[in-house]
Amino acid sequence: MISHKFSSRVLFIGAVILVAIVLTVVVSPRVSTTAQSGATDWQAIAAERGLTEADLRAAAMTYTPSGVMDEYVMFASAGQGGQVLAIGLPSMRLLRLISVFTPESWQGYGYGAGNEVLEQGFIDGQEILWGDTHHPALSETNGEYDGQWLFIGDKANGRVAVIDLRDFETKQIVHNPAFLNDHGGTFVTPNTEYIVEGGQYGLPLGGDYAPLADYQNSYSGMITFWKFDRDTGRIDYSQSFAMELPPYWQDLCDSGKGVSEGWIFCNSFNAEMATGGIESGNPPFEAGVSRGAVDYLHIININAAEAVFQNGGAVDIAGFNVIPLETAIANNLLYLAPEPRSPHGADVTPRGDFIVVGGKLDPHVSVYSFQRIQDTIAAGTTETDAFGVPVLPLESVLEAQVELGLGPLHTVFDNQGYAYTSLFLDSAVARWSIGAEGYRPQDGWTLISKTPVQYNVGHLAAAEGDTASPDGNYLVALNKWSVDRFLSTGPLLPQNLQLIDISQPGDFTQILYDLPITGAEPHYAQIIAADKLNAWEVYPEVGWDPFTQSVDPNAVLQGTEGITRDGNNVNVRMTAVRSHFTPEHVEIQAGDHVTWTITNVERARDATHGFSIPFYNINLSIEPGESITFEFDATRSGVFSFYCTEFCSALHLEMMGYLLIPE
Amino acid sequence: MTTKAISPTDGKAAGNTKQAGLRRWLKWLPSLTFVVAAALLLISISQPYWGLVLQAPQYPGGLQMRVFVNYMTGDEDPRLDEVREIDGLNHYIGMKSLYEAAKFERSIAIPVVILMIGLLLIAAGLQRRWTWVLTIPALTFPFVFLADLAFWMTNYGQNLDPYAPLSSAIQPFTPPILGEGVIGQFSTVAYVDTGWYIIFAGAVLIAIGLAIKLIGKLRTERG
Repeated sequence: MISHKFSSRVLFIGAVILVAIVLTVVVSPRVSTTAQSGATDWQAIAAERGLTEADLRAAAMTYTPSGVMDEYVMFASAGQGGQVLAIGLPSMRLLRLISVFTPESWQGYGYGAGNEVLEQGFIDGQEILWGDTHHPALSETNGEYDGQWLFIGDKANGRVAVIDLRDFETKQIVHNPAFLNDHGGTFVTPNTEYIVEGGQYGLPLGGDYAPLADYQNSYSGMITFWKFDRDTGRIDYSQSFAMELPPYWQDLCDSGKGVSEGWIFCNSFNAEMATGGIESGNPPFEAGVSRGAVDYLHIININAAEAVFQNGGAVDIAGFNVIPLETAIANNLLYLAPEPRSPHGADVTPRGDFIVVGGKLDPHVSVYSFQRIQDTIAAGTTETDAFGVPVLPLESVLEAQVELGLGPLHTVFDNQGYAYTSLFLDSAVARWSIGAEGYRPQDGWTLISKTPVQYNVGHLAAAEGDTASPDGNYLVALNKWSVDRFLSTGPLLPQNLQLIDISQPGDFTQILYDLPITGAEPHYAQIIAADKLNAWEVYPEVGWDPFTQSVDPNAVLQGTEGITRDGNNVNVRMTAVRSHFTPEHVEIQAGDHVTWTITNVERARDATHGFSIPFYNINLSIEPGESITFEFDATRSGVFSFYCTEFCSALHLEMMGYLLIPE
Repeated sequence: MTTKAISPTDGKAAGNTKQAGLRRWLKWLPSLTFVVAAALLLISISQPYWGLVLQAPQYPGGLQMRVFVNYMTGDEDPRLDEVREIDGLNHYIGMKSLYEAAKFERSIAIPVVILMIGLLLIAAGLQRRWTWVLTIPALTFPFVFLADLAFWMTNYGQNLDPYAPLSSAIQPFTPPILGEGVIGQFSTVAYVDTGWYIIFAGAVLIAIGLAIKLIGKLRTERG
């Protein structure tokens, strides 16, 4: 207790000093006229700003001086922006925007570079230049984040992307042609053997058409298991497969770990198989899918499914390996367990022994025991759903139900045996105790406290909170609405990511920081200890191709620059270094097809050069050591002033040249 | 003299033996110092002779150049080629590329060091009146190295391209080969490094060897 008080005081003093410095800058004219000595007096400044002791504690816990590194990095999806954000904790500083499904000009992604990655995500030749990123998943080793790869799903078009955490850039986009949307992904198996992409809205498979009247017979659900090859850093399409599911609108999934390794769990919310049609007098989806008393937790044996796939049990649908539902049933790959109606979340506890399903429309979380599930499967069940999938009786698999409040959605875990569930309708985060051995048996299954958040909280992220050994310390509430939290910038408001201190046991929690996110809706996030990340400071060698993560044999070294021509094909070979491009005059002919390679021969950290050509829609970010090749057709004659778009040096403005195309 | 008083007969013999031993020792000690100096020369090849550290706000870890007898390099971190970086910065003030400096000296450095080692070994093994001359290259090597370095530093500092971007801000200057300096926003510290101390230690050993030789010669002439 004494040491706790002491450390609080230290934090308090630190925070006050910080606030004093800030106030010195902000209100010094005013203070200097009223109280000359007050300008540097932190207590006066705190009083002037109306800061409470709790505010100063929050400042002390989050303020990170210049040059001091954060403890954690949070990878948050950027929703319909099609990107991923990297945010430092506890400072809540935005560290990096990672372009994934959407072109982005700062990184030059899709404006001459990265096009080969974006093109992988086109479907049947259709350009798709955005995504709805939902659930980022860090690669894991033995159920722990290993800091090597990050995966992210695109809900809108059912795609998955691979990001290499050596350079924080997207390397691959894949699409399962049998299906066209996802939600319950991505999640990885405990050693990243598979990246799991759960589907969402029921569809006819393979992009076919079927009338909604034939929903039950012609529509399906789907879950895709993408095989990841660490050596190549790519998803192995040929070793990946999917499993057909009933059209129940599968939602959030999670991988089993520890005792439940080898199993996948997904909740669903349309066991009613409602098809909407409000305009025809039918119940709208929002009512139709919530009409029944129960939905189904899906329990999938991925090891058995892999064996069925490898033994030829999959069929080809639109060029993809799919295990049909009847095959899944026949091979005991899939079981269902009733859930309270229209739930959200299927979150596996750190030891892998329980699966927590949030009630959404029911004030409880339902906790399923993996042991009970196994026992019930072993004992056998006669009950099935309409498709013949075995249904495990709720009373035989349920461990506990904990009443938390209105709108329980998503649950994460800490190192003290607590679970945290977002309460969307209550706009609060519930801390509750896991009343089992290894967690907090002394407290039982019970609600401990609720922390109000601002507002409409969706997912939660805790430090390493969905691994086999959560860290505790920090929780982030990903709030959908910010309403009155920030200065108004018009009718479109930012999301509000709130950092919460969960380090103390019992009912003490505190909101430490509000981070407005203006890019899009950060749907889900994972928080990794910063020391697990080991990103390159510059590319390892000059001439590096980030797409292959190796030296490009076509890279340009100083002294080898030049322009060569073969008929109408012109090859421009250029280097960039502070503060000039070589060559500076590039003269070609109208009608030429131009292949242009630029190598940034810099080795200094942060010595990035941009490269843009007006009119031709080209803008690159060429990081130290990087080599980029782009192509375009010189359709328009004239003089085009190309220049470096990344402020690189004192002579940055002079870093330009002329592209000359005579008529 | 005192031994004589204690033991007049045996003492004299013992004294003679001792003096003979001392003479032998004095005769071969210079050779030993030459051999050790030769070994030090060989070892010095693996060590930097001279270094330069540049500090500026935008290089929080500083930039370092280390000059070996036959090449230049940055610090141990291979990610940043710091000589190249310094070279890149130097072009703003119109300084010539460092890779062009002392090219001839660097190209002959290893053969010359081996030659000096050979001469030292000959001087050690061949006890003639004139062989001390063979040690002069190794004896003067540390100072010749610094003199050559000073020549190139002055050459580079004084011959800046008058059309360089920063020519109006940075006038021709003489960079110090030892100690602190300032160039633009960079503060520099130049210092002799391990390799130079090793060849300097070799030179001191050679000087000691030659001194012993000289003393021995004077004694012989007197006796």
